[in-house]
Amino acid sequence: MAQIPMEHGLLLAGILFVLGLTGVLVRRNIIFLLMSIEIMLNAAGLAFVVAGARWGEAGGQIMFLFILAITAAEVAVGLALVLAMFKKVKTLDTNVLNQLKG
Amino acid sequence: MLNTLWLVPTFPLIGFLLLALAGGTFTRKAIAVITLTAMGLSLVCSLLVTVSFLHSGQTEFTQVLWTWMDVRGFDPAIGLHLDALSVIFMLVVTFVGFLIHLYSTEFMTEDPGYARFFAYMNLFVMSMLLLVLADNLVFLYLGWEGVGLCSYLLIGFWYQDSANGHAAQKAFIVTRVGDAAMAIGLFLLFTHFGTLHIQEILQLAPKRWETGSTAAITAALMLMIGAFGKSAQLPLQTWLPDAMAGPTPVSALIHAATMVTAGVYLIARTHVLFELAPSIQLVVAIVGAITLLVAGCSALVQRDIKRVLAYSTISQIGYMFLALGVGAWSAAVFHFMTHAFFKALLFLSAGAVIMAMSHEHDMFKMGGLYKKLPITFWTFLIGSASLAALPLVTAGFYSKDAILWNALILDSGSGWLWLAGILGAFITAVYSSRMVIVTFFGEQKKEIHQYPGLRIQTPLVILAVFSVIAGFLDMPHSLGGFAPFSGFLHTALPHAEERGSVGLEVLMQLIAAAVTFGGIYLAYVAYYKKPDMPQALMTYPLLNNVRNFWFHGWRFDDLYNAIFIQPFVCAARWNKQDAFDAIPQWITWVNYGLYWTLRQTQTGNIRWYASGVAVGAIILIALVVLL
Amino acid sequence: MNAVFYLSSILAVAATVMVITQLNAVHALLYLVVSLLSLAVVFFTLGAPFIAALEIIVYAGAIMVLFIFVIMMLNLGKESIGEEIHLLSGKMWIGPSLIAAILLIELTYIMALAPNQELGQTIVGPKEIGVALYGRYMLGVELASFLLLAGLVAAYHLGRKSQPSDEQQ
Repeated sequence: MAQIPMEHGLLLAGILFVLGLTGVLVRRNIIFLLMSIEIMLNAAGLAFVVAGARWGEAGGQIMFLFILAITAAEVAVGLALVLAMFKKVKTLDTNVLNQLKG
Repeated sequence: MLNTLWLVPTFPLIGFLLLALAGGTFTRKAIAVITLTAMGLSLVCSLLVTVSFLHSGQTEFTQVLWTWMDVRGFDPAIGLHLDALSVIFMLVVTFVGFLIHLYSTEFMTEDPGYARFFAYMNLFVMSMLLLVLADNLVFLYLGWEGVGLCSYLLIGFWYQDSANGHAAQKAFIVTRVGDAAMAIGLFLLFTHFGTLHIQEILQLAPKRWETGSTAAITAALMLMIGAFGKSAQLPLQTWLPDAMAGPTPVSALIHAATMVTAGVYLIARTHVLFELAPSIQLVVAIVGAITLLVAGCSALVQRDIKRVLAYSTISQIGYMFLALGVGAWSAAVFHFMTHAFFKALLFLSAGAVIMAMSHEHDMFKMGGLYKKLPITFWTFLIGSASLAALPLVTAGFYSKDAILWNALILDSGSGWLWLAGILGAFITAVYSSRMVIVTFFGEQKKEIHQYPGLRIQTPLVILAVFSVIAGFLDMPHSLGGFAPFSGFLHTALPHAEERGSVGLEVLMQLIAAAVTFGGIYLAYVAYYKKPDMPQALMTYPLLNNVRNFWFHGWRFDDLYNAIFIQPFVCAARWNKQDAFDAIPQWITWVNYGLYWTLRQTQTGNIRWYASGVAVGAIILIALVVLL
Repeated sequence: MNAVFYLSSILAVAATVMVITQLNAVHALLYLVVSLLSLAVVFFTLGAPFIAALEIIVYAGAIMVLFIFVIMMLNLGKESIGEEIHLLSGKMWIGPSLIAAILLIELTYIMALAPNQELGQTIVGPKEIGVALYGRYMLGVELASFLLLAGLVAAYHLGRKSQPSDEQQ
């Protein structure tokens, strides 16, 4: 059984990351924004796991665990912010939140 | 007991600190007690110090408290120096200061700024004591500026009226001209001698400098300008009449008895430098003579009783400068002392009258007060008599006579200076009699508003007594030559060689007496016998113009307005945008451009920022890949 | 195994594309779950069974449930979809797609630079991970716990009932 080349795993991570980036840049709905960020973080984790699998080391998977922790914290705070925002401006459109305009 | 010298300025300082930091928490009675205790203890200390100084037989005593600063050998000390000159000034300052404080505790009763007033007054007394006791010129300058500050604060004491604030600023700015010159003089002395210790300078100067050398003349000139500014001599005299905006006790203490004579003290203190610059000394004498005439003429025509006294003060200080200029050091200091007594007395009496007339300053609206205010009348009369130099019985006669006599017979004196002095004496006699007659005789034009109390009358009586007996401390040769005052003073100041005969002296005294009586008689005729005469004279246009010219202080204010103030205001108006600002202005513009450009990137839109991050990542990776 | 890897990779990419293009948030979320599940399979084929399990439990389980809760609390009705169309015009895709495409090309180019590398076939199980995690990476664990605590406090603070003092602002 031929091995999977490492490039293919990394390419998958790259594609997912870029899709997530596209989502962040395109979507104005903040829920979609957060989901796209999840995709990007997940892609970054995939890249770590692939690199760990190349050497047969546990380090890559541990990095994924840390990313998981970051994601959990980010989602908790982010969704709380979404609720606060919705309470205040009655919409999920991020373009409304531009009071910091210079 | 000499070691208690440092306590003399310390007590007023404590009083100032207490009143300035916690003045609002005390009752009026407590404030009066604090300020009088501070001044009383200071007076007692200075008396004790004086007694032990006289007993010890020393001619000078120095008490160095600590080194103020030490910068590569320049080490002015917080040090006090006592000799005959500073003893006299210290005694006068504490004694007159105490009496005026006592007077003020009643005079200022109604004032909301009671604590503030006495805080300033105590600070003033402390600064004045530092000025006269300092053993180096830097420390002296501290006191010099301190009294200037207090003068400013007290002239503008009733600051709600903007006119008072302007008067205060005028006093501060005009004296600053002199102070700047004095500072330059100090720098000059320091570069030449490497020290500002007064006694060292006085000893080094004759060794290093020849008589009439440029350095000596420049240094003396700068100190002279400083003295002129503080003592309101021509051409820096314009601030003093306006300084009467302050409360009357302030005028008595600062602008008559003590601070304005600081210039006299400075010149007497640095007399060695002036002796090395005879031309400058001559200038001092001439300016003194001109000032006493100019100010005397202005005093003749004033209506405001305090302005009469203000011009009279300028005129009397002119006498002191005349004496200093001809080298009659002890006569100048003697006149300072008698003047402090009788001018403080006049101001305080005038204050009592003004208070009785519910703050009326125009003496032509008073009149006929001699029965209603007997004590005030008698004290005012004694003060005026002393000012007019009524022969034999008043202190003013002896001191003024000493100046006139010295101006005539000393080497550096001349007949012209004597003539100016005798003419000034005539003018003085006229305006002081005019003041008494207009204020206290004639018909009463206004009801008495408030009678002076005990705390106002006590200082008046004490000062009146001193205005008479102080003169007996220094009798001329023709009257026995009992002169302990000048004998004492000659331990610190050089003794002027007197050459004139007793016969000539008697003749001069008779002339002076005749002039005084002539002046009094003229005022008696013009203001009592024929009160319409002055008005009749005013119908002549020439006389009326002269009167107006004198009334406005010889139009010096207008002159300065035209030469200094208007050009400055004009230039300021032209240069409103500040031409020099345009040069560095481009930095502002570049900054503003950058700010404007970068501001455009801050859209507040989160997707825009995310795109920024993404593009940045692309560029960074591209750099890594391609390079 | 290779076939499984490629198949689930394609599934993950396809599901992710659906996530970012969906109008309905709940649909997008379900696609995201699909994407995560297929990624879990990818992890499994890469020899990381523990991570595959965590992917399902934490990501697809806990985090996605959190999203569902929030969407339910916001109570978005049918009109929100119409609003979403309004927010998502065709022109908006051009710029971001361009940026994303350039980034992908650059990443691919970097990967093409490296020599051909084969992935190892060893399976790294939970035991090795546990030993490494509580050995060399102890400090990281502590930091992660701090982060989670901070997230907890922040979420609590943001989610609490607004105080009267906040209303005044």
